[in-house]
Amino acid sequence: MTATAETHAGPDQPVRVVLAKLGLDGHDRGLKVVARMLRDAGLEVIYLGLRQTTESVLRAVEQEDADVIGLSIHNGGHMTLAPRMVEAVRAAGMDVPVVVGGIVPEVDLGPLQEAGVFAVLGPGASAADVARTVRAAAAGRA
Amino acid sequence: MTAEPAAPTPPDRATPAPAAASGVTELFERARDGDRRALGRLLTYAERGGARADTVAVAAWPLAGTAHVVGITGAPGVGKSTLTDCLARAAGGDGQRVAILAVDPSSPLTGGAILGDRVRMGSAADPDGPFVRSMASRGQSGGLALAAMAAVRLLDATGHNLIIVETVGIGQVEVDIARTADTTIVAVSPGWGDAVQANKAGLLEMADIFVVNKADRAGAADARRDLEYMLDLGHRAGWRPPVTLTVATEGDGADELWKHVLDHRRHVREGSDHADRRSRHAAEEIRRHLRQRVDSLVEDRSGLSGLLAEVTAGRLAPAAAARRLAGELAGAAGASDTARAPEPDSEG
Repeated sequence: MTATAETHAGPDQPVRVVLAKLGLDGHDRGLKVVARMLRDAGLEVIYLGLRQTTESVLRAVEQEDADVIGLSIHNGGHMTLAPRMVEAVRAAGMDVPVVVGGIVPEVDLGPLQEAGVFAVLGPGASAADVARTVRAAAAGRA
Repeated sequence: MTAEPAAPTPPDRATPAPAAASGVTELFERARDGDRRALGRLLTYAERGGARADTVAVAAWPLAGTAHVVGITGAPGVGKSTLTDCLARAAGGDGQRVAILAVDPSSPLTGGAILGDRVRMGSAADPDGPFVRSMASRGQSGGLALAAMAAVRLLDATGHNLIIVETVGIGQVEVDIARTADTTIVAVSPGWGDAVQANKAGLLEMADIFVVNKADRAGAADARRDLEYMLDLGHRAGWRPPVTLTVATEGDGADELWKHVLDHRRHVREGSDHADRRSRHAAEEIRRHLRQRVDSLVEDRSGLSGLLAEVTAGRLAPAAAARRLAGELAGAAGASDTARAPEPDSEG
């Protein structure tokens, strides 16, 4: 994409992040807390909530010109869902990083990173960690 | 209309930032061909303002003007997003190409925002559903209205013929945005107030269509009656706003609402003041741009900071300082324009 060659979210522009849960995974309390953390850190959160698909997330990212995708996964499907999202973004010719939050066993961290996931935020992540990680993801997109 | 040439990209406008301008032209062509990502990026440019937003606006303006713009506003929680979704579905089913601009407030403390309207818009996920863009108010009072207008223009110029702008009905800016729509829908819910509220000045006066949403709840008939009483006491000549009931979560009343929008569209387009209304809106938009330019001139070039100490110390009144600065700016406007290379100021 030609337009992403220039710095996208500059230092004075709010980072825009799409937050979603994919498929059958009803635990959205964490995502709501993260949405609030990011808002309080000055980011713009486009909240999609529950029961999204990779296609609906992609569609939102395109229309909203989002800088980062945040997926919350609590159903054990992270090894399927997260790489599938990364693949869908790449297949669409986009360079929007994917950050995963939720319950991910340590043995899966390496493989997720290899699959192209930018970062994984576990239950211990502080509000500052969350904001810093999402900002770093957005900055890496330049 | 304006004095702009009719060509989509006048070459003289490209001088301040050629690379950016050509990028805009390419994106604009792609957006007109239905490329959502290109349109998404252009909306970002329009939202951020500055020289690139001007380039986008210049490209969009000659091609805009055919869409019907519907504003939906009302208090938080009355169901505006769900109603918007309903209306978009009804209009989409009727062959309209729909775009939605959902404006939500930014935090005045951190500048962050949670833009949650898409959650209520199931159609946003449909492959053939409307183009939905969320916009945060970003604390710019005058700028938001301009950014929203620029976004609407862009959606119009890229082939959308029904544009729904959803704003929370609190604050002057939201009212301003709603007012620039061709059709303004004001949504209330049962228990929102009584006949006294209904007769207070403000938002309700701007409605072309009233919706009592959540009409399956107690008090819907009362809400409708109170609004009808208010209208009995007087309304703008030529159009009595209908009061329609919906249960947006079920889609009940959506087709009737769409019919009211079509009726009002016909009324507006066949009305004698149609051209007048357009030129009023254009004049308002020029004034807004002008105010924004004056603001940035004051920031960049005037001696505001120099006078600030005097004002703070109590030696000079704010009004007197403003008068002095206005005098200096008026003098500077006559002088040659070398200090501001990045801004294309060539009109006139």
